[in-house]
Amino acid sequence: MRVTVLIPGVLRTATNGASHLDVDVPEPATLGAALDVLADTYPGLDRRLRDERAALRRYVNFYVNGEECRRLSGPATPLPAGAEIQILPSVAGG
Amino acid sequence: MTVVVAIGTRKGLWLARSEDRVTWQVDGPHHVMQEVYAVAFDTRSGLRLLTGVSSPHFGPGVSISDDLGVTWEEPAEPPIAFPVDDAALERVWQLQPAPASQPGVVWAGTQPSALFKSTDGGRSFEFVEGLWNHPHRPEWDAGFGGQAVHTIVPDPVDPDRVLVAMSTGGVYRTTDGGKSWEARNKGIKAYFFPDPWPEFGQCVHKVAQHPSEPSRFYAQNHHGVYRSDDGGDSWQSIADGLPTDFGFAMVVHPHDPQTIFTFPIEADGRRFPPEGRCRVYRSRDAGASWEALGNGLPDSFWTAVMRDAMCTDNAEVAGVYFGSRSGEVYASPDEGETWHLVAAHLPDVMSVRAAVIPT
Repeated sequence: MRVTVLIPGVLRTATNGASHLDVDVPEPATLGAALDVLADTYPGLDRRLRDERAALRRYVNFYVNGEECRRLSGPATPLPAGAEIQILPSVAGG
Repeated sequence: MTVVVAIGTRKGLWLARSEDRVTWQVDGPHHVMQEVYAVAFDTRSGLRLLTGVSSPHFGPGVSISDDLGVTWEEPAEPPIAFPVDDAALERVWQLQPAPASQPGVVWAGTQPSALFKSTDGGRSFEFVEGLWNHPHRPEWDAGFGGQAVHTIVPDPVDPDRVLVAMSTGGVYRTTDGGKSWEARNKGIKAYFFPDPWPEFGQCVHKVAQHPSEPSRFYAQNHHGVYRSDDGGDSWQSIADGLPTDFGFAMVVHPHDPQTIFTFPIEADGRRFPPEGRCRVYRSRDAGASWEALGNGLPDSFWTAVMRDAMCTDNAEVAGVYFGSRSGEVYASPDEGETWHLVAAHLPDVMSVRAAVIPT
């Protein structure tokens, strides 16, 4: 099942400049499964999104069709066909 | 002679260069908006700059430059990763190249408290299980800055001997290449416990050693300044000549094992230099006596110097350097006699290292 991942500008050095990535996710399609597929091609992106236990980094938000995944089921959030995953750094720091 | 000073701050890295160590050219920031708690110059082959970087958003890593910051190399795969289920790397606190007899070996100390070893110059690291599996580990607590191995002192001769310090936990030593570790805190006071003389649990802020005297160590503790003359087996106070026994930094002169530098801070509950005066203290006799060095340093300095924010260079006449929480960096071209401002108004300085650029 194909979904689209939107990459923020600050992370595009890890995707060879790509702002959108189409990802074929195996069933059952979840956010975590989509990130696993991305990690195979873009390990330098993955390490900035998740730690070595595959936990989502605290100050990176993942919107699944406009809803932040932590208000859904986190990495287990199911992805409908054609879902759009938007990755955005959250407000942090000073 | 050109000297380069790497200045790691909470929002990036700056590099300062000088021919005379009096006037400085500063460039940066590198690693913009990343915390740089660890910097190291690897002088074993050319001049490699290693940095422990951490983005509040995108996590920690290790970035390397072989051309003094013109280009940086950071592998796609995380160079340091915990291979266990109950921990993930939070921050790199220390990067320590091994002696020249062990080319390629670089040690890394991390938060949470663990040790990693690289044999490829810092591009990838292996987890040192022996320290992680130590039965004391569940009782190592976090200080205010987090729970970390922040100090690594590899023996200058024996590759199997390494001493580390962590806050809290104290000093640990291996003599078998990291397979087993023993607490080495006898004589170091932990005033914040009901029993102030425990086997471990101390908050040792920094340990330093001169390579020509491998059995002697100097330690700045969370209250307490100590020396060990028996490889860390026991520690004696050398704080009598200091205005206060609190502080974070401890630095040994590059060519004289009797000469050490520290930056006293009034107290745990009052983290300023005594009377707000910016002073480095130097001992020429291994801590038996101390003198204040302030020629060129300010008298109103309501800030502090962190554990890795003081260093020397490796020049024949040693330069001494320190940076402050308030973003000032000072250099002495003459072993502490006179001081000159390198940079001001930087973010909080967390780490400072200096080296002569090879010609």
